[in-house]
Order: sequence, then C-alpha cells, then structure tokens
Amino acid sequence: MDDVTTGEPLIVLDAVNKWFGPLHVLDDVSLSVGRGEVVVVIGPSGSGKSTLCRTINRLEPINSGTITFDGQPLPAEGKPLAKLRSEVGMVFQSFNLFAHKTILENVTLGPIKVRKEKPTAARERGLALLDRVGIANQADKFPAQLSGGQQQRAAIARALAMQPKAMLFDEPTSALDPEMVGEVLDVMTSLASDGMTMVVVTHEMGFARHAANRVIFMADGQLVEDAPPAEFFANPRSERARDFLSKILTH
Amino acid sequence: MNVLIDKFDVFAGGFWLTLQICILAAIGALVLGAIVAVLRISPVPPLRALGTGYVNVFRNMPLTVVMFFAAFGLPALGSNADFLRIPVLDSLFTRLGTDLPYFRFALIALVLYTAAFVCEALRSGVNAVPAGQAEAARSLGLTFGQNLRYVVLPQSWKASIVPLGSVIIAMIKNSALVGFFGVVGDLSQSADQLTSAEGYAFVPVALGISIGYLIMTVPLGTLLDRIEKRQAVAR
Repeated sequence: MDDVTTGEPLIVLDAVNKWFGPLHVLDDVSLSVGRGEVVVVIGPSGSGKSTLCRTINRLEPINSGTITFDGQPLPAEGKPLAKLRSEVGMVFQSFNLFAHKTILENVTLGPIKVRKEKPTAARERGLALLDRVGIANQADKFPAQLSGGQQQRAAIARALAMQPKAMLFDEPTSALDPEMVGEVLDVMTSLASDGMTMVVVTHEMGFARHAANRVIFMADGQLVEDAPPAEFFANPRSERARDFLSKILTH
Repeated sequence: MNVLIDKFDVFAGGFWLTLQICILAAIGALVLGAIVAVLRISPVPPLRALGTGYVNVFRNMPLTVVMFFAAFGLPALGSNADFLRIPVLDSLFTRLGTDLPYFRFALIALVLYTAAFVCEALRSGVNAVPAGQAEAARSLGLTFGQNLRYVVLPQSWKASIVPLGSVIIAMIKNSALVGFFGVVGDLSQSADQLTSAEGYAFVPVALGISIGYLIMTVPLGTLLDRIEKRQAVAR
C-alpha cells in the first residue's frame, strides 16, 4: 500500500488560506498528492476538511496561496476552469444527481456535452460503468427511485465517466443509512486499488486504515498531521489528533 | 346599458388592440427578462452588476414614469422607435407599422418595465433548484451556458411558471396605461372616448371594458391555478 509514487505530484496546495468572513477556514495549508495516491482527510466537523476538498476543483475559491493540478495552476474562471474540472471527478455528500435525468443520462451528460462523445458510445461506456458499480439494472430509473447507496454509486459512475485524473470525495457516506455505507466504500476501495488518485474526506476510519496511503488530520483550518494510516492510528503525534481519535474509536 | 350593444364594435376593437399590445409586450418582456436573468446569475461580476442595475431601476420606477420616458424621451433623442417595425410582424400587428409611433413607444415602456419582473420570476425559479445540482454540473466541466441549459433551467421552469403568469397578468392590467400616452383605440382609451367625447354614462362603459380585461386575465389565472395543483400532486 505505501509504495512510493514517482514523478511530480498531481495535486499541490501551497500555503493556501481561505476565510469565510472572519472565519479562517483554511490556515496556511500545504499538501501534495502524488499520482495514484489515496489521501484520506479526517478531522472534527468545522475543521475545514470539506472546504479543502472543494478548493481542489475551485468549487471554493481561495484567498491566498496556490493550487496546481497536473503541473498547471488552477485557472480563474471560464473555459479553462471547466476543462480542469472535467479532469477532476467529484463525489458529494448529498449525491447531487441531476433530478430530472435518468441514471444513465446522469452518467452520459458530461461525456456527450463536455467531451463531445457520440451518444451511442457514451451510453455503452456509461452502462459498463454502472455495471462496475453494481447498478446497471437501475439505468433507466430516476435518482429519486434509488436508495441512497445506489444514488451515491451512480454519482461515482457519473464522475468516472469523464475519465478523470483524480477523484475528490466529500464525505461520500455521511448521508447514507448505515447498511448502505459498505456498498459505497467497496466501490471506492476497488477504485483505490486500481490506482486512481483520490482525496477522500470521510469519517470512515476503517476505510482510512485499509485503503489510504496517507491520513491527513485537520483541526481549526490547519493541517495538523500527515502520516501513513498505521502510524497515525497507532501513534498520533498531536494532542488534537489523540483527543479526536479517543472520542471516535472508543465506541 | 345600450352602449354595450350599440358600441360593441368599439369594445371589440379595443379588446383586440389591447390583446395585440399584450401579446407583443409579453413576448418582448419574456425575451428581455430572460436575458437580464442570465446576466443577474452570471459568474462575471460586471454582467451581474448590469443585470442587478437593470432590475433595480425598472422594478422600482412607476410604469407611468417609464411611459413618459418612452413617449417623450425617445422623440427628444430623435428616435421614433422605427426599429420595432419588423417586416412580417408589422403587417400582422398593423399598429407597429403606422406612422404614429405611440404604439411602439408604449410597447417599449411595457417591455422594459415588465422585463424586470420577468427576470425576478425566472430567478426565483433558478434559486428553487438546489445549489448542489449546479455544483455537480460545474464539477463535470459543463460551462455556465451548458449548466443552465441542461441542468438548471429544465428544473427551474416549473418553479417559475406560476410567478411568471402573475407577472403577465399584472402586465395586461398595466397595459391600460397606454391610452394615456397617445395610443388610440385600446380598451381603456375606448372608455375615455365613449364617455367624455360621446357622452355615454360611465358605469356601463366601465363594465364593458372590465369584461374585456377579465376575458384576458381570468382564463390565464385559472390556467395557473391548474398548473399549480398539478405540480402539488407531482410533489
């Protein structure tokens, strides 16, 4: 799992600061994610971990610092930014599937409109992706007709349909009923083992332990720890991390 | 009450002219309002400011004042709004093509004024679409225009249609002002003509023109109620 990745890192954040009004949500955060690396971001709520995840495809603009993706600084707006976003898959806590489109249409919209793929080819690939996440039989249903776990797997397929260089997961299992968490984590684990570069904000410590190359611990907008999972869970260096782990791991 | 029968042709003519101006103004206001709405939600700050400025000006100014500007300001600037004489359209709506430009001035005022409200009705629909929908579309790399076209607008029109209908009903009633700005022969100006120039009693004439307006507005209101009920069931 902890094989060292080669070449320049895919995602680099350097001294990133962000404020929501007076609230300093990202406080001088620097982080680099290598190709094929799986980085899990954990921390108490309000620590800025979701914001961190959302800055990487500029759903949240930053106030200072730089973010580069695949060697290029993030474009400010317009077509170049749209192009960058098409190369970074994103999975949201609340799925955000397009409510007026079927599952298959959700998966093919990006490839057809952004990548200008032929609809028949896009549908074929979309069905293969839905099959991969285990919901090919739901292709013609609307999002509201699916369970939360199925919707989230569809959302993962939608992001994968763009053949992204990296995937961002913003608390992908937090809105799910407990019995549906596993099916989503299974898909994510298989993605990780296929070598996808992933940044995962989550409260699933089991996933962090077995699928992550690195665990990032955030608190109060700061990146407090950055360590391999085994080391982090056995020996957290900071008081904040020890406190956090003792609260979530004792139950 | 004889006036309703004797002068039926005047009422019918007034109804027809008011209907014409309302149809043209509704089309114009929907188009302009949609453009202003796109400006108002655009990611580009100057465009957003332009849209917001437009709405602030025209939503907060009395229609009468807008009419004054159109009917007296445009001629002062040397325009008789000839650009509204659109080849095929002006043979369909003959008043568009006449030399007396008041019909066109009134049309411009009504369009400018109503567009601000159309914009806000459309925007309320867009705001009713959960933010996550547009966010997901952006994260896939859809451009602003694609996002609106394929994701946001198909979901927002349902929330827009009822407030939009109310705006159009208000516009039909507002059109009664055009008679005071030189347009001859619409419903409200016909009433003025019949009572003050031809000496008919006011109440029967007023009843006549009321019926004319109600024929236009009541069915529209009923249609909206029906759409609203159907949406409630769908939810």
